[in-house]
Amino acid sequence: MEGVLDFLYNIPVLGYVIQFIAYLISVIPGIAPIVLGLAVPIALGALCGVMNERSGVINIGIEGMMLFSAFTGFMVALVVNNAIGGEPSEGMFAATPALLIGVLAAMLAGALVSVLHAWLSISIRADQIISGTIINIAALGLTGYLNRLISPTGGAGTFRSFDPPEWLVDIPVVGWIFNMFLNQGPIAMSVIVFVIGLQVLLFRSRWGLRTRAVGEHPRAADTVGIDVMRVRYRNVIVGGVFAGLAGGYLTLEATGSFQNGMTAGRGFIALAAVIFGRWTPIGAFLGSLLFMGSQALGVAIRSNPPVGALGETLAGFQQAYPSIYNNFFAALPYVLTIIILAGVVGRSIPPASVGVPYEKEGRA
Amino acid sequence: MTEPPSSLEDDLGERGPAPQASVPEPLPQGRWQRLVAVVAVPVASIVLALIAASVLIIVSSPAAEGSIDWTLPLAAYGALLQGAFGGPTEIINTLVATAPLILTGLAVGVGFKAGLFNIGGTGQVLIGGFTAAVVGAALADSSPWVACPVAVIAGCLAGAFYGFIPGFLKAFTGAHEVVTTIMLNSIAAFFISAIVNDVLRAPGYTFARTADVGNAALPHIGSGAFNIGVLIAFALVPVAYWLLWKTTLGFEIRTVGANPSAARYAGMSPRRLIVLTLSLCGLFAGLAGVLQILGVVGFYPATYGTAIGFDGIAVALLGRAHPVGILFSALLFGAMRAGSGLMQIQADVPIEIIDVIQAVILFFLAADVIVRKLFRLRVARAGVDEVQTVTRSYGEQAVG
Repeated sequence: MEGVLDFLYNIPVLGYVIQFIAYLISVIPGIAPIVLGLAVPIALGALCGVMNERSGVINIGIEGMMLFSAFTGFMVALVVNNAIGGEPSEGMFAATPALLIGVLAAMLAGALVSVLHAWLSISIRADQIISGTIINIAALGLTGYLNRLISPTGGAGTFRSFDPPEWLVDIPVVGWIFNMFLNQGPIAMSVIVFVIGLQVLLFRSRWGLRTRAVGEHPRAADTVGIDVMRVRYRNVIVGGVFAGLAGGYLTLEATGSFQNGMTAGRGFIALAAVIFGRWTPIGAFLGSLLFMGSQALGVAIRSNPPVGALGETLAGFQQAYPSIYNNFFAALPYVLTIIILAGVVGRSIPPASVGVPYEKEGRA
Repeated sequence: MTEPPSSLEDDLGERGPAPQASVPEPLPQGRWQRLVAVVAVPVASIVLALIAASVLIIVSSPAAEGSIDWTLPLAAYGALLQGAFGGPTEIINTLVATAPLILTGLAVGVGFKAGLFNIGGTGQVLIGGFTAAVVGAALADSSPWVACPVAVIAGCLAGAFYGFIPGFLKAFTGAHEVVTTIMLNSIAAFFISAIVNDVLRAPGYTFARTADVGNAALPHIGSGAFNIGVLIAFALVPVAYWLLWKTTLGFEIRTVGANPSAARYAGMSPRRLIVLTLSLCGLFAGLAGVLQILGVVGFYPATYGTAIGFDGIAVALLGRAHPVGILFSALLFGAMRAGSGLMQIQADVPIEIIDVIQAVILFFLAADVIVRKLFRLRVARAGVDEVQTVTRSYGEQAVG
């Protein structure tokens, strides 16, 4: 075995690729929890996108919804924390009332912003891409304005990650998967539940059938008595709750602070994940893992560099050009997003009526 | 992979009823009435947005001062006006702030005309400015007659290339520009930061930046901030008008924006037009970055960030994607940007209120039903009609 690997590793050029694949296999169990943590806001944003686009509404305002909810959740948690204080509980997530109320506020904020999007794009029949753009600009401006005005100090802390029992993590071969999903805070842990739940509901429930019908052929859905407007409103608003949760994750679980523009394009990566996942929750979730896994790789190589020729080359490069090295891995998810959109993964077709406002008495 | 995306093949007629904007109401006869019809909704939206922003300023005033301050909006808008038009220096600052907005407005507006939404202005500005800074620093000691034009052209071409990328991706793979251009914005920032920190960092400074552009700097007129770039930007307004309405390319751009299938049946190549138009948009935005770096900053700091790319979206929408409209809305936002500094100092109202005002203006433009009812206006819709082509193409993008 050793001899075979040695031979493979020493093939010119290709040897590096084989070493890299071997390194990936060895390192993935270790970085899996980080990958999921990075993927959580993307995945939740993508669920928002799936909810919207499956019912025929484009939402490019996910970014703004996330940002607005991140700020709202953070501020509400901060205010509650200052008002009632309270030590972190000894429970599994160190949850405080402030954090819980903050998360609820973030979800509510997401829902409120999405009501605006729903009203503009469903009732007013304004252009859906313009509506999303307005939300993005407004969120950036409003949070920036209030953040500078209030200039909050401190924060309400963050949820603590759950510590899964040793025996579960130590199971050979699959133990790391338990670690990936359980060594997380409450929002990250719940994502997989939302993903699977939504996947089942979308393809196995009456709501899912109606949603898909409204997204594919609203007039036909209307003819059989489905209230197109109502289905779309409901989906857009519930989608907003997911985007709000993504925002809450950023400030109340991942960082514990708010910075202007901290969503940094995540809402748009989420849109790409929706397309990558062919408008299915599970596919979009896998897309988020793929996009953000590339970023986590940078962390892995720095903390646990590969051995051998590949490792020496990388370490040498990192030493000589630290900024290029860091920025390369920071930019990878964005580059991957473009590559995936450009169609390396084969063909996928969006719901037929996405972006087209529905007019009840319109022409057939 | 090379299979044509369905957006270029589908018959639009099969996609259900068109959005409301598809049938523009005929404009009334007579020059004066037509002007009113075009300007009424945008002006009303600006007024409503200023009112909405003053409500926000009043409501949020306790956060800064401890009690409700009913006159704060007046103080804020007063300082804003003074900062924008209070004297010759202020007016020059307003013009200098307007120039890049004209260009980024054109970068979005010309795209709209072709049914494309270029949100990548920010990245194109950064790449254009960065390239001009690098070329300018390399030529810093040669004759200004060589250094300046070469640096300007290099920056424009780099911006055009950065617009070419999403154009190529959309034309040949169907990847929608709304997502790809946003990704390219972030990639540009990462790329430039990496290069400035590790490769082009000028020695002798406490922070990472490129060397001075020296003789490549845009010549200043008079002793103030007014540089020749401002004249270039204003001169490009009639050029853009000529391009869109007096040339074959402009005719093709407008046709493909209004109706891609009609353009195709008329023998035009939507792919070629998509690539050309987005490259042109990139050129405009790249030039905006060039003006900032060669005309205002003089070097490129690694952490350089700017709002002019995103402001271009609001400028183009408010200006109805028309060069003259873009000129006036760029002046509006340029004055706001120039005056906002004084507003923040004098009235303690954060400059981000400008972004809020922008968003509210766009909101009223999008929901112009409200505006028309409120003011009992019997005028044309305010939107950019070609945007529906953008939205349709989003629904038609196919990965393949």
